[in-house]
Amino acid sequence: MRFSGLKVLTEGLTGNQGWGPHWRNPEPKPEYDIVLIGGGGHGLATAHYLAKVHGLTNVAVLEKGYLGGGNVGRNTTIVRANYMLPGNSEFYSHSLKLWEGLEEDLNYNVMHSQRGIINLVHSDGQRDAFVRRANSMCGQGDDGAMLDRAGVEKLLPFLDFEQTRFPIYGGLYHKRGGTARHDAVAWGFARSASDRGVDLIQQCEVTGIDVENGVVKGVQTTKGPIRAKKVGMVAAGRSSQVAAMAGMSLPIESHVLQAFVTEGLKPCIDHVITYGMGHFYISQSDKGGLVFGGDLDMYASYASRGNLPLVEHVAEAAMTLMPAIGKAKMLRSWGGVMDMSPDGSFIIDKTDIEGLFVNCGWCYGGFKATPASGHTFAHLLATGNSHPTTVRHRLDRFRTGRGIMDEEATGSQHNLH
Amino acid sequence: MRVEGKGLIDRTQRLSFRFDGTIYRGFAGDTLASALLANDVRHVARSFKYHRPRGILTAGSEEPNALVTIGEDGATDPNVRATVQELYEGLEARSQNAWPSLGFDLLVINDLAAPFLGAGFYYKTFMWPRAFWEKVYEPFIRRAAGLGALSGEKDADHYEKAYAFCDVLVIGAGPSGLMAAWTAGQAGAQVILVDEDSLMGGRLNAETLTVDGTPGADWADDMVSKLAAMDNVRLMPRVTVTGAHDGGTFGALERVAHHAGAVPKGGVKETFWRIVAKRSILAAGAIERHIAFRNNDRPGIMAAGAVRTYLNRFGVSPGKAVTIFANNDDAHRTAMDLQDAGVHIAAVIDSRKDAQALGDYRLMQSAVVAGADGRRGLEAIRVQTASGSEKIATDCLAVSGGWNPTVHMTCHMNGRPTWDEGIASFVPTPGAIPGMETAGACNGAFSTAACLAAGVAAAKTTLEVLGLAAPDIDIPQADDSPYAIEPLWAVPGNGRAWLDFQNDVSVKDVKQAAQENFASVEHMKRYTTQGMATDQGKNSNVAALALLADATGRGIPETGTTTFRPPYTPVALAALGAGAQGKGFAPERKTTSHAASVAAGAPMIEAGLWYRPSYFPLRDEKTWRQSCDREVGWVRSAVGICDVSTLGKIDIQGPDAAKLLDFVYTNTFSTLKENRVRYGLMLREDGLVMDDGTTARLGENHYVMTTTTAAAGQVMRHLEFVTQALHPEWDVRIMSVTEQWAQFAVAGPQSRELLNGLFDDTIDDSKWPFMSCGLVTVQGVKGRLFRISFSGEHAYELAVPSRYGDSLFRLLVARAEALGGGAYGMEALNVLRIEKGFITHAEIDGRVTAQDIGMERMLSKKKDFIGATMAQRPGLTETGRAQLVGLKPAGPVKQLTAGAHIYADGQEPVAERDQGYVTSVGFSPTLGHFIGLGFVTDGLSRHGDVLNMVDHVRGIQTRVELCDPVFFDPKGERTRG
Amino acid sequence: MRLRCPICGARDRREFYYQGSAVMLDRPGPDAGEVAWDDYLHLRENPAGDLEELWSHDAGCGAWLKVTRNVSTHEIKSVELAREVKR
Repeated sequence: MRFSGLKVLTEGLTGNQGWGPHWRNPEPKPEYDIVLIGGGGHGLATAHYLAKVHGLTNVAVLEKGYLGGGNVGRNTTIVRANYMLPGNSEFYSHSLKLWEGLEEDLNYNVMHSQRGIINLVHSDGQRDAFVRRANSMCGQGDDGAMLDRAGVEKLLPFLDFEQTRFPIYGGLYHKRGGTARHDAVAWGFARSASDRGVDLIQQCEVTGIDVENGVVKGVQTTKGPIRAKKVGMVAAGRSSQVAAMAGMSLPIESHVLQAFVTEGLKPCIDHVITYGMGHFYISQSDKGGLVFGGDLDMYASYASRGNLPLVEHVAEAAMTLMPAIGKAKMLRSWGGVMDMSPDGSFIIDKTDIEGLFVNCGWCYGGFKATPASGHTFAHLLATGNSHPTTVRHRLDRFRTGRGIMDEEATGSQHNLH
Repeated sequence: MRVEGKGLIDRTQRLSFRFDGTIYRGFAGDTLASALLANDVRHVARSFKYHRPRGILTAGSEEPNALVTIGEDGATDPNVRATVQELYEGLEARSQNAWPSLGFDLLVINDLAAPFLGAGFYYKTFMWPRAFWEKVYEPFIRRAAGLGALSGEKDADHYEKAYAFCDVLVIGAGPSGLMAAWTAGQAGAQVILVDEDSLMGGRLNAETLTVDGTPGADWADDMVSKLAAMDNVRLMPRVTVTGAHDGGTFGALERVAHHAGAVPKGGVKETFWRIVAKRSILAAGAIERHIAFRNNDRPGIMAAGAVRTYLNRFGVSPGKAVTIFANNDDAHRTAMDLQDAGVHIAAVIDSRKDAQALGDYRLMQSAVVAGADGRRGLEAIRVQTASGSEKIATDCLAVSGGWNPTVHMTCHMNGRPTWDEGIASFVPTPGAIPGMETAGACNGAFSTAACLAAGVAAAKTTLEVLGLAAPDIDIPQADDSPYAIEPLWAVPGNGRAWLDFQNDVSVKDVKQAAQENFASVEHMKRYTTQGMATDQGKNSNVAALALLADATGRGIPETGTTTFRPPYTPVALAALGAGAQGKGFAPERKTTSHAASVAAGAPMIEAGLWYRPSYFPLRDEKTWRQSCDREVGWVRSAVGICDVSTLGKIDIQGPDAAKLLDFVYTNTFSTLKENRVRYGLMLREDGLVMDDGTTARLGENHYVMTTTTAAAGQVMRHLEFVTQALHPEWDVRIMSVTEQWAQFAVAGPQSRELLNGLFDDTIDDSKWPFMSCGLVTVQGVKGRLFRISFSGEHAYELAVPSRYGDSLFRLLVARAEALGGGAYGMEALNVLRIEKGFITHAEIDGRVTAQDIGMERMLSKKKDFIGATMAQRPGLTETGRAQLVGLKPAGPVKQLTAGAHIYADGQEPVAERDQGYVTSVGFSPTLGHFIGLGFVTDGLSRHGDVLNMVDHVRGIQTRVELCDPVFFDPKGERTRG
Repeated sequence: MRLRCPICGARDRREFYYQGSAVMLDRPGPDAGEVAWDDYLHLRENPAGDLEELWSHDAGCGAWLKVTRNVSTHEIKSVELAREVKR
């Protein structure tokens, strides 16, 4: 079924009885060419691109809960391409371009809103580091501009320029950055993949990975065994548990990252704003809620919930930066399980087991990567070769010393001794 | 309308207030909602999506409709629930989410277009043309959405945070909570009893039920007095426990002054509490649920229990001819209470065929309300019975679909509630929160007698765990009627029947979600926005998921629930972030020379938490560059004084002190002679550079390490880790002494001259050669002198105990000025160090190796040290890495800029051709041109190459020559001389 | 979250600094080889249950602690001084 304004109109006039299911509810087949473990954003995107780009539709996505129930359904919806280092620069640039055509590609409005991201600058050193980053973005062909204080004041007059503990000297402005409706991204990819013939199987937990003589043969699930020629692990915060079924240890620690939303308010923040001195960032959803977050809680966790110290710290950052939102009321908090890699960058690679592939280590930046993660992982699964934008994102790069430390103080080992 | 002889309000205290500009009157003890109802104001709000007229639904914090804005300017408070806002003299409330007015709202057009705006409609449209999303569709959606508006001004109120500790935290002061607190208090436990209401007693204040023969409200009042008299019991009214967290920690919000109007200057509006409790008892009561039927959202349609609250507590009847629609016995009390108060009951409609009337009113059994008339205020309902349909005129319909236990808090740590068929609702799963008991209505016990007993039982269980003897408690006599209910979620029929009132989610939306295969309860929620409004589904979630279960052919337990997450009710960011406004966000660290620097007119800039002087302007200087150039010149030609106290200083003592240093530095310190200083490089265990600095050996077993300002805390923690977790067998003690010593650089050719005469003994090169250190006496004060240099000049750093820092700084500056120099700031310090190629964290940014910065020779091959092994990984040692170089302009454009990138000369400046970047830049007055440091691919071996520097964002492009990073005095003759 | 520091008693989480897996206590020798070092620094079991980990009472006594904690429930099973564990 093709979605359009006209379709909404005709359905509205006929009682909205004609809407079909977004995706099928298939029972698993005994064998697939490719099985993807994890029906989150990245797994669903991988399925879409496998079908669309590579014509591979004998594919199953196995999800232990419900589609899109992982981090794609519990993030702060930011989409950006403001990376600095070779590897990340071209990958996120690629991702943003996919975002820019995503609605057309999926025939689904994911509400991708290029409202602009402003990273505030509070010292000469920070400005120099952001200029370096902005120049990387420009060199990559993306947009990056530096604002001085007056430039920030023009866009964000409600910030506390006078009294804040760390005065605002300017900002890095990434105009093409913005937000998207996170759930819709998962649903759009799921609908497209399902329509193209991929089996999306919910409530199907993988309980084992079958490996014979170093070759993957399939998976054991709560819905029975499924044979597969290739298996892709796309399990985000649960990656270590999935990999352990194949006898692997990953360079991943799972941490909790909290995020928050306030009650609905009339429009007051038109951009995405980040405040590095307070590990704070904020935007306003189309519904009117202020969506914001901060740093990790800073302890390993699978609990999908955090604690008060971080909640308060985030609110404190909000109050010093923009005391005009003091009477916005926090409505809900939640936590995502982040697969933190040592260098803060992701892994898309083969493993030592033939036919077994891994996609993990997204730290707290997986949402914006969703299309490119799917696109490049599909490329690897289909061709056996890394996509040009992920050749540096190897599983063994920590052993070899080729880490990609792009964002300061990111990754599980920025606290390394 | 007000009902004589009813209510706990103080009729002797009249209050006037305004709603949307109109003046009304109420009494002390009213809420804004009760006062509006007393004045027959029914239409108070507009819904979120369709802008439908809405009235007051509930009498509690779960209110989804009656949200108003209170206050002006920086005190503007949007989305205030009229049902919890206590009335005060002069209160001014405004309706919100309506334009131009509440009565005439243009966006009501959304309601007319509703067939096209159902669940998930926006995912299916607005895709074309692409550019219209940000420019047309999204701005329109944003303006139409949202509820109240922020003022745009700084929050003008004052908020606070506090901690409290107790043995037993009792959450909710209804019959269960009061008895729990009483029991625990009698046993001697330290008890905190909180309730979100201003008046403790819970539903005892809202019912006509008795306890031990006295009216429930009187009994509660008496019990509260007894608890207040106990030293070990702390009562906290107007406090909402917002979340249950790990380790017995609870967040709680106290509304300190919302009931009192304008807060006097310095007064507190709200306090956010962190309550640490050994054990807790949840006695949070229950919330009544609605029944969905056509137009069940009309103003005048209310929760049946809320109608009793307005009558019994506030002396208000929301209607003159009241109807009641229920599926349980409890709601019949509403009819009885109203009738007793002289209010006409038009009919009681009960969906059960065996429903019994409790009194003399018209009961319609096996009947349902199928529709409601009266757009801005209920006028009539259409009742469907087995025999047909009847229209009944009524201005208030009290609805009860049963009660949902307030299980929310038990879900805050991922616990899932359990479906209880008997009450057709969810109850807490035992053990969901470690250390928490649940008691009373929140646990599914709905009679007063059961609640009283449950409070005692929960307290006794708690006391046993605490090891306290439980006292004998007489459980008071009270009503023990059974709770008889037959589930009814929605009345079948045409038209829109509402579930989530605020978000305008209808039964049809839930069914459509199921039809589109959003069959998981989480999918349904996210697709329809059911339960995502400000009440977080407190009024509607259970019904919605029952309808989803029905639509998908599953049972309710199988369908499951969405998760309740903190906070229980919304909390202002100003309360959660109390104290941070302005400069309160982070501590301010000031050096001992701060006052003197400020007095000298130096702009103070942030360096981490520290403040340091940027430069010291002289009267005729117009720009910072003029001051900076002059200060650099002072140091190069005379002498300059700079406070370097912010550098980390770590005192290291013990027989194994040298072992520790040899292990944490790449180079060797055990061979360092006493009274000598050595530069050291520190790696992380992954082989990348952590920090650098000098360490002085003051005695055989006594060293003082300096770190960079930025890494002081990290290095200290690192040393603690090494000495405790890796080598606890070493006999060594470490102590941060950063704040104990004030330390000043005295730099320049006149530095020795300056110091001589200051000390008791004179200093000369034979006793104080470069990299020496030792003790000195400065006018009777014992200090430490280090002959080290970060400027490349003959220089010293002089340290004295911090209490002498201010006077020493003034003394040093005065002496420097007499010698043709003076104080210098961070700008000059930076230029001086770039001229010498000294690195800071601009260069060692956590990504570079010792080799990258030309310090490979500092990696000792004779010993193990932190980072030694991993520094040899192929990726860290291979060619092609960016290495530290000096940069100078080589083209017509003479300016260099930090953050610019370096590309091959004559090639397009794109990512594939990127060869490096500039980390630090300064104008060297000594050399007369810009100089810079940067990293360039294989740069160490490329001195002399000319490349292209491009700063895309600043529009600067120039040719640069790679050179040795040491621009000035490469042999170091000035330093040693 | 609250940790019971063996020296200072029960304190709020905000007094503590988190390091990660207690694997870091067992530093390989310089010649242990790249596999051992890769294991030590990078590869993690990362269990969704009990985890032995390192915390520092940074804003208190400065003690490094070995904590056993269930990372799915956040329940703290034990807290020991790292220096005692190493001895």
